[in-house]
Amino acid sequence: MALLEIDNLNRHFGGLHAVNNVSFSVEQGMIKAVIGPNGAGKTTLFNLIAGNLPANSGTVNFNSTKINGRKPYQIARLGISRTYQNIKLFHGMTALENVMLGRHIRSKAGFMAGMLNLPWTWPEEKQIKDRSMEYLDLLGVADCADIEVSNLAFGQQRGVEFARALATEPTLLLLDEPAAGLNIYETAEIGRLISKIRESGITILLVEHDMSLVMDISDEIVVLSFGEKIAEDLPHNIQQNEEVIRIYLGYEDV
Amino acid sequence: MDLWKRYIPVLFLLALVVAVQLITHFTETSYYLTQLTMSAYYSVVVIGLCVLMGYGGQISLGHAGFFAIGGYLAGALTTHSLLPIKSHGLVAFLHKIGLLVASKDLYGGDLLTVEPWAACIVAVFTAGIIALAIGGPVLKLKGHYLAMATLGFGIIIFRIALASAYFGEADGISGVPSFKLLPGLEVSGSFGARVLNYYIAWMVVIMGIILLLNLIHSRVGRALRSIHGAEEAANAMGVNTARYKLYIFVLSAVFAALAGVLVTHYNGGIGPSEAGVMKSVRYVAIVAVGGMANLWGALIMGIVLNFLSLRGVFGSYDDAVFGVILIVIMLFAPEGILNINPWQRLKSLFSLLAAKPGENTTE
Ligand SMILES: Nc1ncnc2c1ncn2[C@@H]1O[C@H](COP(=O)(O)OP(=O)(O)OP(=O)(O)O)[C@@H](O)[C@H]1O
Ligand SMILES: [Mg+2]
Repeated sequence: MALLEIDNLNRHFGGLHAVNNVSFSVEQGMIKAVIGPNGAGKTTLFNLIAGNLPANSGTVNFNSTKINGRKPYQIARLGISRTYQNIKLFHGMTALENVMLGRHIRSKAGFMAGMLNLPWTWPEEKQIKDRSMEYLDLLGVADCADIEVSNLAFGQQRGVEFARALATEPTLLLLDEPAAGLNIYETAEIGRLISKIRESGITILLVEHDMSLVMDISDEIVVLSFGEKIAEDLPHNIQQNEEVIRIYLGYEDV
Repeated sequence: MDLWKRYIPVLFLLALVVAVQLITHFTETSYYLTQLTMSAYYSVVVIGLCVLMGYGGQISLGHAGFFAIGGYLAGALTTHSLLPIKSHGLVAFLHKIGLLVASKDLYGGDLLTVEPWAACIVAVFTAGIIALAIGGPVLKLKGHYLAMATLGFGIIIFRIALASAYFGEADGISGVPSFKLLPGLEVSGSFGARVLNYYIAWMVVIMGIILLLNLIHSRVGRALRSIHGAEEAANAMGVNTARYKLYIFVLSAVFAALAGVLVTHYNGGIGPSEAGVMKSVRYVAIVAVGGMANLWGALIMGIVLNFLSLRGVFGSYDDAVFGVILIVIMLFAPEGILNINPWQRLKSLFSLLAAKPGENTTE
């Protein structure tokens, strides 16, 4: 059984068939990339998996349980975490506090315990903080810890968002264009980091336009075009796939 | 530790409270204490609302309604005599377990009423339950719709207070007895208890603010703030945003209701104006001036503005002043007046006005 199984998934927006009968699966421990031109339906696919959008038909199975129809927070608790193409940080909170939210499902102090500041919540709170610092450190943004996130540079915001997603200790990590807007050094750094995360046992599903990054790090690639899956193969086969090359011609160098 | 940073302002507040009392004592201006006590109670509503609005990101234009539920229920239960239905099984039972007290009215007639502690618990609990009941559906609404739904709730409570004989119609309830919190500690408006009541009110404020400060710095508080920051991402972190929004709504309603109970005992009564929509607008305006996500700002503004209002500084324009404050804040200082850069705000406002229709303006 694969970790994530997507079966005949469909989503329409009015007359637009944004995700058209897409099926594929992601094996435990792999890095799988989803590529395709702008508007191909990649982000929509992520939203369907994470529960942000309901599917019109089809199923998403995670760990052999059907997860579509569940609420995003329930899906998160099952072990799926994500980052967004257009970064979604908690404004008005510091970088550290943002990442601390990632520890939410890994801690349990409740409403009353928090309000009364009960002593037993202190060790947990300290642990949340320490772990979050480690994730900030891993992403190289530990020095931003106490800065309100709106005041961070773009690359730093990406790092904080990535750290936040990791802090949930997910089984499956969905990354929507993690290298968008980064320079070549930062992109290479992100690539190394993604490989390292996979080595720690986390499965990764990745949407990315940077082809050299995708070819470098992914084990398998799914190609979407106008909502349909047109290819699914190993990276070097995708590079030679006639149809993929045709779709990408005039769009971006493969 | 961080904890110190959190509580040092509380110690300052405590010192200030004592200092003000001493000053009024030595300058023989202790009549100010009455308004300061009232302002303190109103500020309890304000800080509760501040957490809902500023940290939870939900607006409520119905908080005077919750205040009124607290005040009216406590008032009615502790004044309306149960003697005529004394033989009713439930009344007899309550009497037996000591939840009813016998007293005399102004003309020496016998009264049998609910003990203030029991009434307080019933009143606050009822407000909490009502918040829970309406919060579920109402908090699914966003922005204007949420504002309108809570406004509607406030109007309903106001109309009920005005229409019901039990709640005294246009006259409201008077003759509410004092509330003995502990032996020797009594919420009452009697002249001799002025200093004591000033301290009681401020202790309530201080306890309230400590609880709320703890909350916003806790795991649940972070989750609440994250909803305000980006609800979708909060959900993706496993935060059940709907549930937390409901919690904080109920909590702020409970704060408002408790303030209502205490003010009613302090004043010896409550009238329909306390339930009015303009009161709700006033609370929202104060939170906005204080800077939304700023508990201390809300508290300071709550004290200052309520004090000025109670002193009659705004004259018959009282309600209008708070309406104007709200508009001005929204236009010039959405961040509150304690952290604005007025010059920059003015410039951006002009550029907004100068922009041609349809043109995108960025601030
Ligand atoms: N909420 C929505 N309502 C209506 N249409 C939508 C919505 N979300 C996406 N679409 C449309 O669905 C199609 C697929 O969009 P999607 O964002 O999934 O593409 P993408 O592959 O992620 O593109 P990009 O590479 O630009 O990020 C697009 O035509 C888009 O306009
Ligand atoms: Mg996209």
